[in-house]
Amino acid sequence: MRYGTTASACAAVIRRDLLLTWRRRGDALNPALFAIMVVVMFPLALGPEPNQLANVSVGIVFVAVLLAGLLALDNLFRGDHEDGTLEQVVLSPHPLSLLLGSKILVHWLSTALPLIVISPALAEMLHLPRSVMPVLIVALILATLLLSLLGAVCVALTIGMRRSGMLLALLVLPLYVPVLIFAAGACNAAQMGLPFLAPLLWLGAALALALVLAPLACAAALRISIT
Amino acid sequence: MNDFLAMGGYGAYVWSSYAIFALALLIDYITPRLRNRRVIAELRGRMKRQQRRQEKSA
Amino acid sequence: MNTLTLWFHKFGSPPTFHRVTGLLIPWLFAAALLIGLVGLYGGLVLAPADYQQSDAYRIIFIHVPCAWMGLFAYIFMAVNAFIALVWRIKISEILAMASAPVGAWFTAITLATGAIWGKPMWGTWWTWDARLTSELVLLFLFLGVIGLYNAIEDRRQAARAAAFLGLVGIVNVPIVHFSVSWWNTLHQGTTVRLLGPSRIDSSMLWPLLLLALATHIWFFASVFARSRVSLLELEGGKEWARAIALGTEHGHE
Repeated sequence: MRYGTTASACAAVIRRDLLLTWRRRGDALNPALFAIMVVVMFPLALGPEPNQLANVSVGIVFVAVLLAGLLALDNLFRGDHEDGTLEQVVLSPHPLSLLLGSKILVHWLSTALPLIVISPALAEMLHLPRSVMPVLIVALILATLLLSLLGAVCVALTIGMRRSGMLLALLVLPLYVPVLIFAAGACNAAQMGLPFLAPLLWLGAALALALVLAPLACAAALRISIT
Repeated sequence: MNDFLAMGGYGAYVWSSYAIFALALLIDYITPRLRNRRVIAELRGRMKRQQRRQEKSA
Repeated sequence: MNTLTLWFHKFGSPPTFHRVTGLLIPWLFAAALLIGLVGLYGGLVLAPADYQQSDAYRIIFIHVPCAWMGLFAYIFMAVNAFIALVWRIKISEILAMASAPVGAWFTAITLATGAIWGKPMWGTWWTWDARLTSELVLLFLFLGVIGLYNAIEDRRQAARAAAFLGLVGIVNVPIVHFSVSWWNTLHQGTTVRLLGPSRIDSSMLWPLLLLALATHIWFFASVFARSRVSLLELEGGKEWARAIALGTEHGHE
């Protein structure tokens, strides 16, 4: 029996996951809707004063995006685990880390990208100054990629559990602390007129590391969980 | 003695931290002991059930 | 096989581990208690009051050793987790999982006593200082490991998954510390600098070191006590465990 190349296997995984996402395209909007709801709650709780909202807007946007990503994370491997596809992926002769990397990429495209697209609207609702917007978008792209990669490792560890929601938060949030600090820090610095490039570069460096290491760690974690 | 307990006016702070320290270590000391008792009781119960089953089948 | 690996194999076999630690544990606890009491006498009675903080500084004698223990417990856990994942040694899995709750207790004590110390010295129970925040994240990492270990049904799989999480966490600890200090300098207006004697006098140093030694010994005693129970639970079907349950062979209980 001959196997296809690894590249074609990854392409097949990506095509399949994209198709699955497309078939259930309504679900893809859920994280974005959730983030909007969270953001709406804050002015209701804090009061409508624009200056006050502008001061905390960066933090609110990042926490909303983080929570939405956390909720979506649970579905990363769930469907594939329930119907047995995941075991087939683990058993395939291709490097598991690359196949999982492809899955993580599609997951990012289907859950984080809608969040980034609506983030200007979120920022506008909270009166974030326009000039900060480009920094916010760049920081969000870097941060959500990192969150998806780090989160995937933790999801792989909790795969066998029926209800993993709360536990997943406990596992993932301590790992998210540095990402949140640098991403929100860059935007806050930009808002105060301070140089913001350094934290973004740190995020980029972390992303480069995570791109290589996280799929490997995710594969190792999955092998522990599926035995 | 009263001077010692007063800790220069900081008695409440100093002694409450020492109390937390002692309490936490006490709990840390007791929990494995309680668990040990439970595990042994469980093991005994399991063995008894096994024995009874064997006697019945014999 | 040389004597060291032979010893390791012997100590690593569950019945031997159970017996040896059973003999060791009472002595370890007694030693920790004795050394700790001498250290406390030195710290609370013999050491003079600090010229800046008066007697409030005496919290240092438990706060600092516990902070060291929190980190030490995490490193001990990660080393055992690494051994458990690479060489699949059962004892290491159990030791790693046993050190998580002990480390969590020490970290919790550190946070609690730190808050109590902060109130009279800084005027606040909590400040978002870099060290405090990293300590809090360390506690969350411990709780995550414990939570994952308790959530998975199969004990060995649970131990390996939690051990893996512990290893991911240890990469995270320095990154968290670095990022939190960076974040803290960004918000410099609200920083409260950590006070405390910069040059510690020897009359204060020796009780501190004795208490650090006592907490280290306590850590090992507690970890061994927890490991024995887990081992007994895990090996419940084996002959040696049954013998212990029947009381033909006495443990420390």
